[in-house]
Amino acid sequence: MVIRTDALTKDFTAGFWRPRPYRALDALTFDVKPGEIFGLLGPNGAGKSTTLKLLLQLLFPSSGRAEILGRPAGDVDARRRLGYLPEHPYFYEYLTAEELLEYFGRLFGLDPAARRARASALLDEVGIGAERRLPLRKFSKGMLQRVGLAQAMLNEPELLILDEPMSGLDPIGRRDVRTLIMRLHGEGRTILFSSHILSDAETLCSRVAILAKGRLAAAGPMRELLSEHVRGWEILVRGLDDAGRGVLAAQGLSAVPVPDGVWQILLPATARPEPVIASLASAGASLVSAEPQLETLEDMFVRRIASAAGGRIGEAN
Amino acid sequence: MRPRTIHHVAVHVFKESVRDRVLYSVVLFAALLMTSAFLIAQLTAGQDLKIIKDIGLTAISVFGLFIAIFIGVALVSKEVEKRSIYALLAKPVRRQELIAGKFAGLALTLAVNVAIMSAVFFVVLAYYHWIEPENFKRVWEAPAVDPRLLIPIFLIYLQLLIVTAIALFFSTFASPLLAAAFTLGLWVAGHFSADLKALDEVVEAPVASALGTVLYYVLPNLSAFDVKALVVHGRPVAAGLVAINALYAAAFIGVLLIGATLIFARRDFK
Repeated sequence: MVIRTDALTKDFTAGFWRPRPYRALDALTFDVKPGEIFGLLGPNGAGKSTTLKLLLQLLFPSSGRAEILGRPAGDVDARRRLGYLPEHPYFYEYLTAEELLEYFGRLFGLDPAARRARASALLDEVGIGAERRLPLRKFSKGMLQRVGLAQAMLNEPELLILDEPMSGLDPIGRRDVRTLIMRLHGEGRTILFSSHILSDAETLCSRVAILAKGRLAAAGPMRELLSEHVRGWEILVRGLDDAGRGVLAAQGLSAVPVPDGVWQILLPATARPEPVIASLASAGASLVSAEPQLETLEDMFVRRIASAAGGRIGEAN
Repeated sequence: MRPRTIHHVAVHVFKESVRDRVLYSVVLFAALLMTSAFLIAQLTAGQDLKIIKDIGLTAISVFGLFIAIFIGVALVSKEVEKRSIYALLAKPVRRQELIAGKFAGLALTLAVNVAIMSAVFFVVLAYYHWIEPENFKRVWEAPAVDPRLLIPIFLIYLQLLIVTAIALFFSTFASPLLAAAFTLGLWVAGHFSADLKALDEVVEAPVASALGTVLYYVLPNLSAFDVKALVVHGRPVAAGLVAINALYAAAFIGVLLIGATLIFARRDFK
């Protein structure tokens, strides 16, 4: 495993005069396999950034343990082999983008020629042109995000940990980052990213973990998580006449015409499609297709978060 | 600890510090003050050279103190406040290397600034030496361009390194404002700590006298570094005093940096 956590827990205290404990992460156990894109999803305050910071030992766990690239969290040798993009990255405002990569390149022990070549190629890749020679204090949020991505890839890491990588980017920037993540995945790198933008996770992730209020609400391959909850069935038939529609009406169903002489019949999740298909066949209609209506990631996300919040979705947010 | 990593962090701190406009303002202001000391000296009779030397050395000390406190407290706290520490600590850098590198970087920044202020100081003194008539020079206790002035300048630098270590220590757990206030407080107390040892001579309460003795050993004894008066009046400074002060500074800085490292090593960055 590239990442493995075991009952990882983090407590903070809130309040100055009467500090009260507050559990930000509660016994989180999950793992990330080599070469996969793993999404850590959840609403704001769910514990996503806390998890990533615990993996990098920016935070120390209250209990439980985390391993990264086969070493304990925070190990310096493991950090040589990973790249990290913090949420809302901020860098030294007096440095230029080139100088920042130069500084970090030195910390990775890259030789001067390799540092320069790598910095130049990465800044090209993330779309930082002539601005690379301007101080970072003049950079917009989106440009800092791009520089953040460049510094995360500086050491050609085996593992990339990206905290909200699409944050602050315009639609083109988000598309560029998606393409970049797919390219890195194609090179065999492992990517763990946190996001509350579900469409990004749906496009990119092979597996996800959903956090709610510091607890693991769901985890697994995206396909399995989405298929375990069928919203209903869609049956498409051809040659449906009045008699056929009558058969449907008798079962409390109706058909809607769709192009090319095809009729669509929607069944609730509680009904089985087989009897309906049989009755339509006997009425002379021919079956085009019958497919389960799977929930979208958004449906699944809302259902899991609501369930973690005891049915009150507002509480989870 | 790997010296190469400490070196990279130190060079970065130096690079960032020298680009700070505040630093230039401080050095410029120090230079102006030294130049104006020359004008002030014109108004006095007989004491002019001593006044120029006194003001010059005080300017190096006070403006060096500004740099040590304001850049020193910002070294770690600004990284935390601005969140640049997240990306940095995800690199192969140990937290103790970061503390050592930050200190070394500011020590280098201070060395360059003290050197610049000293150069201005010696230029002012050389000009004074050039314009003064020979009969005036005969009554001087020490020459205008006196190489022995480098001794108080070196001791001021050691003092500033102690202040930097104090500022760095406080900045590992306190906000910049509090860290600056604590450091300034210790600097003031450090100049009076010698009086604490002699507290039993003026106070009869044994508890107060014991407390004074404890504080004397805990607080930095910065007054021991002040040899301005001796040098300005042309009196010798014992080599042993300089050596003991250097050892004391090294020990005090060492303890503070170990303390800063221990606190910083277990700190959470939310």
